[in-house]
Amino acid sequence: MINNIPMLTVGALFVIGLYGVLFKRNIIKIAIAVSIIESSTNLFLIVLGYRTGGSIPVYTLAGEFKKMVLPTPQALTLTAIVIGLATTALLLTLIMLLYKHYGTLDVHEIRRLRG
Amino acid sequence: MSWQVHLPALVVSVPLLGAFISIAMVKPRLRNLWFATILVATTILAFLMWRYVAINGTLVYVMGGERWNLTLPSGMTLPIRIIMEVDAFGAFMALAGSIATLASGLFSVRFLDRVNDGNKFVALFFLLFAGMLGLEVTGDFFNFFVFLEIASVASFGLIAFWRDRPEAIEASFKYAVLSTFVALIFLIGVGILYGVYGTLNMAAIAKNMQVGFLEKLALVLFIVSLAMKSGAVPLHMWEPDAYGQAPAGVSCFLVVVGQASLYGMFRIAFSVYGQAFEGNVLAWVIIVLGLLSMFIGVIMAVIQKEAKRLMAYHCISQTGYMLMGIGLGLLALSSSQAMSEYGFTAMKGGIFHIINNAMYKGLLFLTAGSLFYATGTTNLNKLGGLARKMPYTTFMFAVAAAAIAGLPPFNGFVSKLLIYESSFVVHPFLAVVAMVTSILTLASFVKVFQSGFLGPSRDDLNNVREVPLSMVVGMMVLCVMIISLSMMPNWVLANLIEPAARDLVNQASYIQAVMGSGL
Repeated sequence: MINNIPMLTVGALFVIGLYGVLFKRNIIKIAIAVSIIESSTNLFLIVLGYRTGGSIPVYTLAGEFKKMVLPTPQALTLTAIVIGLATTALLLTLIMLLYKHYGTLDVHEIRRLRG
Repeated sequence: MSWQVHLPALVVSVPLLGAFISIAMVKPRLRNLWFATILVATTILAFLMWRYVAINGTLVYVMGGERWNLTLPSGMTLPIRIIMEVDAFGAFMALAGSIATLASGLFSVRFLDRVNDGNKFVALFFLLFAGMLGLEVTGDFFNFFVFLEIASVASFGLIAFWRDRPEAIEASFKYAVLSTFVALIFLIGVGILYGVYGTLNMAAIAKNMQVGFLEKLALVLFIVSLAMKSGAVPLHMWEPDAYGQAPAGVSCFLVVVGQASLYGMFRIAFSVYGQAFEGNVLAWVIIVLGLLSMFIGVIMAVIQKEAKRLMAYHCISQTGYMLMGIGLGLLALSSSQAMSEYGFTAMKGGIFHIINNAMYKGLLFLTAGSLFYATGTTNLNKLGGLARKMPYTTFMFAVAAAAIAGLPPFNGFVSKLLIYESSFVVHPFLAVVAMVTSILTLASFVKVFQSGFLGPSRDDLNNVREVPLSMVVGMMVLCVMIISLSMMPNWVLANLIEPAARDLVNQASYIQAVMGSGL
């Protein structure tokens, strides 16, 4: 059970994020929800590579350990974090511009495009 | 070793270099020159890559190393490093994509004079270019995700380029939320496959593929995310907004970027899962997605009054044809009899439709852009009688509209005929939907042509003049491509389409090109 807690956290974070994206009306909250999904994805990748009792994946420091934590998912996570930073920044910029134009943050009022 | 083996890396790095240097360009003329040079250079590189692949077969490039593999002391061999793998299908997509990009770039050069921050436009444009080509050359799941995100981030910026227009920002925000969400779903799928197989290389995963629950889950995540990115129906809401609000040159470009996601979907369906996936569920899902996109897209298009939005809905319905053609190929994958009976024809139709759509849909967006440039609106109720004032634009529009509606001498007819023929063999209903869609497409473009270009000239449009030369040249590139694709369908089918279709079907050769016979 205790070993599954990271995975359960991933699932919980994802569901919370999904709920936020689908049902929140405030667009800043939607951006936050997207970030939460992002964190759940990053956590998922890290959990994938974790080995209980493994040592750090640096060759010169590994010492006598038999097991090592997988380095690839950590590299992926770093890249994903950087990409996430870019998209979050863009989302917030767009929100700022939307607020300037529409004077509101409510998704139901920001809908000139339809049909 | 000739320099040409480095082409997969060059097609990505040249536009990337172009993007970062263009920010520093101070003089607008210098920047325009740089813009055109890098565009032409990248297109030539894509062409050379296509030729190299056509002559020498699948090209595998390992970033920063001679070999892909690492043999551990224990004797285990692991595919590491960043691997790019270009087969005939990928090279074909890159070629079609860069020709359309070249046209939209040339079209946009004059447009840059009207804006203050043209440098940023050029930088985003090249980032998007690099992302799109990267999607088509990569042989690795994680890099696919990275290029997907590079392309997405650049396109958020480009869609919102008219940042004084609230609608543009709104469209970009919608697209940004959806696209970020599905990209993360894609990453979760990649993580699942990594957890099972311990590698990210597509060929290595394909080699060991044994479809179980986790693989099916990953496949669902991939299909959902890439179907959204390519604008297939249940997740198409962003597409008319985004294509309608982006600058015209960018809409033309976004069409081919959407097709790059479609490429990813087919690559995963054929090369990674392929025959390991038993049953017809995946094929039917793709076919039904295709049918829905085709029909709903065209129905929504018929009622539009705004030219670019109308064209964006047609984009959805054209995506449906490609999905259906290639879905039929997937249906026939497990039996060689079905493959020769209808599968291969359908694949040829689907792949031919990809290049056709890139050309004529791009051209339509560009003509809409020149309407906007000349008159300041694309609302069909406010246009009329422009045929005399804008003869070139009118001619190009007529060619593109005839091609998209599938009228006989044009290329759209060839690819649609291949799809009709093959889908009729599977079930007549599929062919009927495809034909009805085609008729409605014709109807809606007749409407645009009639209300935009024919009729008496309007008083408020008396000062309208033809668009500048460089815009006409941009449109001309695509127009010449359409006409030559129409004139030589047999040559195109034999030299461009068939090798691509053959490589897409042949999963073993895709795996072998990277993995060799060992492991």
